[in-house]
Amino acid sequence: MIDKQVKTTAEAVAGVRDGSTVLVAGFGAVGVADNLLEALHEQGARELTIVANNSGNGDYGLARLISSGRVRKVICSFPRSGDYSAFLNAYRAKSLELELLPQGTISERMRCHAAGLGGFFSPVSAGTKLGEGKETREIDGRLHVFEKPLKGDVALIKANKADRWGNLSYIKSARNFNPVMAMAADLTVVEVDQMVELGEMDPEAVVTPSIFVDRVVVVGASA
Amino acid sequence: MTPEPLNREQMAWRAAQDLREGDYVNLGIGIPTLAASYVPPGREVIFHSENGILGMGPKPAPGKEDPYMVDAGKNLTTLVAGGCFVHHADAFLMIRGGHLDVSLLGAFEVSETGDLANWTTEDPAFPPGVGGAMDLAVGARAIRVIMEHTSKKGEPRILKACTYPLTAAGCVKRIYTNLAVIDVTPQGLIVLELIPGMTLEKLQELTEPRLQLSPDWKVLAPPAAPKARAA
Repeated sequence: MIDKQVKTTAEAVAGVRDGSTVLVAGFGAVGVADNLLEALHEQGARELTIVANNSGNGDYGLARLISSGRVRKVICSFPRSGDYSAFLNAYRAKSLELELLPQGTISERMRCHAAGLGGFFSPVSAGTKLGEGKETREIDGRLHVFEKPLKGDVALIKANKADRWGNLSYIKSARNFNPVMAMAADLTVVEVDQMVELGEMDPEAVVTPSIFVDRVVVVGASA
Repeated sequence: MTPEPLNREQMAWRAAQDLREGDYVNLGIGIPTLAASYVPPGREVIFHSENGILGMGPKPAPGKEDPYMVDAGKNLTTLVAGGCFVHHADAFLMIRGGHLDVSLLGAFEVSETGDLANWTTEDPAFPPGVGGAMDLAVGARAIRVIMEHTSKKGEPRILKACTYPLTAAGCVKRIYTNLAVIDVTPQGLIVLELIPGMTLEKLQELTEPRLQLSPDWKVLAPPAAPKARAA
């Protein structure tokens, strides 16, 4: 019998190696797998590259990983969000590297990896400072830059419901980056509010199909 | 008479009057977000939020707040009847792929050819943040900017060439300021509306590139306190 559920968040993040690229879903504080981020902090992996939209909030989750020096690099679109003091301190101390990318470029680069493609040309950032150094091509009279696929070693996902196969559904705008990140990592780990019986989820309402999911842990309801 | 500049709500109100029935519209953070409240009654405009909401409503009434419903600025928001959710890559497919009719954005600077600078002031003490600004500037069919006409020091923000790094070149089609409504055209900047007491000569002193007054120009006079739509 297939059963992707594990009992603890520690089991869920077991085996994450130093130097891993970790996809951290969420938008602001909504749809973030904070319990898995806390468990990753306990687990101790270092030299991490984090892919996220923002750069952590307050003193927990991603912010805690950053303030305890576990993060080497952050790839994000908008670090200045909420209480991002942990990131700001590390940024000013130059103890981590920031790679700033347009928000849609981050999500499409991950989808590109998930889809097995070798990259794409985008007009976004062409001719701007963020497009500098990228290969360019004029397509139908418009300048484009080449963007490579972006792969995670691990994705930390927050969903509402899962079944034992790992089919997932989300709540409202907490969906955000979760589905695309769940598709784009070698190891996809999910924290959920509740498990349901196989067959109980409406097949039309499954947003992330189980093929993308490796481990699921129940953490109880939170935003 | 000393011209009285528009306040934030009045600027948002003016921009909202130009949204048409059936338009799909993305609102940037700041003043543009306020525009959702000032669409004329009875006109259906569908708002898109980059974090995956199509059919975003006004801010929630007291007691109706939902922590799972946030807008691009992470403020609490609502869903209208007919609204739905998509994931991030699809939200940006809608933006980049030309599916949005209008994007209302804030700006630091706009050039006379419609170059937009709104993502970094290159302040070394703070990290830059681009968010969805470049995707919107490139992808939406019409980019309209809402901004104060001058900086806090009174310096022009409509310039011959932007001094801050560009978000995208040549994308801005219309500018709503606290003093005027200006179109960016191949013939240059055309002033469509001026607040009461403002003249082209006075506005020109606050604007670097040359302005032309439209022969059909109008007075820009929003309600003193525009009535916001309720949730």
